[in-house]
Amino acid sequence: MTMDKILKKWFPVFVIPTLAAFIIGFIWPFIQGVYLSFCQFTTVNNAVFNGITNYQKAFTDESFANAFGFTVKFAIVSTILINIIAFIIALALTSNLKGKNIFRTVFFMPNLIGGIVLGYIWQILLNALMSAIGQPLLALNSKAGYWGLIILMCWQQIGYMMIIYIAGLQNVPQSLLEAAKIDGASSLQTIFRIKIPMVMPSITICLFLSITNSFKLFDQNLSLTAGEPAKATEMLALNIVNTFYARAGAAWKGIGQAKAVIFFAIVIVIALTQLYATRSKEVDQ
Amino acid sequence: MKTDKDKKPLQTKKILGRIGTIVFAIICALYMYPVVMVILNSLKVESAIQTSRAFEFPTAESFSGLENYGKAINSQGFLKSFGYSLFITASSVFLILLCCSMFAWYITRRKGIFSKIMYLLCAFSMVVPFQMVMFTLSQTADRLNIFGLRFNTPWTICFIYLGFGAGLAVFLFSGFIRSIPIEIEEAALIDGCNPLQVFFKVVFPILRPTMISVGILETMWVWNDYLLPTLVLDIKKYRTIPMLIQYFRGSYGKVEMGPMMASIVLTILPVILIYLLGQKHIIKGVMSGSVKG
Repeated sequence: MTMDKILKKWFPVFVIPTLAAFIIGFIWPFIQGVYLSFCQFTTVNNAVFNGITNYQKAFTDESFANAFGFTVKFAIVSTILINIIAFIIALALTSNLKGKNIFRTVFFMPNLIGGIVLGYIWQILLNALMSAIGQPLLALNSKAGYWGLIILMCWQQIGYMMIIYIAGLQNVPQSLLEAAKIDGASSLQTIFRIKIPMVMPSITICLFLSITNSFKLFDQNLSLTAGEPAKATEMLALNIVNTFYARAGAAWKGIGQAKAVIFFAIVIVIALTQLYATRSKEVDQ
Repeated sequence: MKTDKDKKPLQTKKILGRIGTIVFAIICALYMYPVVMVILNSLKVESAIQTSRAFEFPTAESFSGLENYGKAINSQGFLKSFGYSLFITASSVFLILLCCSMFAWYITRRKGIFSKIMYLLCAFSMVVPFQMVMFTLSQTADRLNIFGLRFNTPWTICFIYLGFGAGLAVFLFSGFIRSIPIEIEEAALIDGCNPLQVFFKVVFPILRPTMISVGILETMWVWNDYLLPTLVLDIKKYRTIPMLIQYFRGSYGKVEMGPMMASIVLTILPVILIYLLGQKHIIKGVMSGSVKG
């Protein structure tokens, strides 16, 4: 109890710096952002309230609907691929494979390279590949753009998810695995009946991270395809940034802000649903 | 007979293990290829980097030595950008580690409605996409003027990073602090330490492993971040490395590919070197950073 009393006096030292930055960097922009989505504006000082007009326009904007469809398709396929591949690699690297530490190092490495740089590396590589097999380059080829984004996302994220799965697999009690072995369980049975249920917390985290990362993807999208051809590979985040900064006319900033609020709501709903769905499958250790 | 039976499965296991190692070695070589390709291309003359020739190895006539590196450093202003990126990352991560650990300790040790709300807000801010606040945040950073202190320069942008990065840091620190017994801190208080001394002499050393993981995650974020500095900083005056690369690729007219490749190599090499030197900490940091979801 005394601690609470003493700490009270030290509020300015411990709390004010972070709190001030948090208000300036997050809380205030967030509140203002929600308010501005109901306004027409070009700067924060000339906002005029215009009700739900921005939302109506956002919902009827075809490019936004297309970006939503593309993002969903991208998020589903990349999440599934990333997690299956990362889990298989994690299984292999927790067995007694020779050189597993080197492999782990290599798989994690792309994660450290930033999205903008990654996108350009893959743009150069994929364009060279397309020209070698006589296909149109990325700027004219939406199918290649889609699969290029998926490959890039896998390349970057598999290592990270692999690390989380390895941490989970290392926590599976050895006694359980030995008991299964004595009972004559095959290695596939061990994976599906013991390892997967036991690493459910890791699966929750990995699914959460890969779904939200896929939905929020921006840098890689901008640098790999920039939405080309004709916005066919534009994802939600890029669509919002383009609505704000690449379209002329006073109405677009408000519409962009409304799209951002919708985007935020989508991400929150998906994140919560996913957490709820996989948390319920976790077993107590 | 008995020994033969025992040996056989062992031998097949050994062979399987070897095949596994070879398969993984090949996959890893392919995994590294994009980086290797950029390095090879950064050593070639301009005409040999064109799309149709990007896969070629440098030959005697297409090898250009370090010419592209000289161009990247001299004419594209790479060193300046490197300096900005380095300063912004170092100052932001330092500020985040210091302020957020103090904040997290305070709200974890003082129960009450304020602490609870702050914790929930931090968790909430982690899920919010940047696009939600990007316009209002950049306007705030442009306009805010506290006693002449402005936030749209490379020297002060760390404060913005502290604000937007606080969520993850506070969340991870709080999770760890909750597992530390409170008795040591109470004993130190009774012995006459003030809270600041308690924090830096007792709590801070215990927090070291979490500091490393939070530091790594925040460094990866700030160093590679593109949109926030683009919106907050004046791109004509200050360019971080991601801004520089996007600026040259996105600009109209013909961009020389060679110096671009050299810039990319110069950007990722230090990161890879640091990673190879400290990979034990980095991988451990990511592991422990992810345990609490």
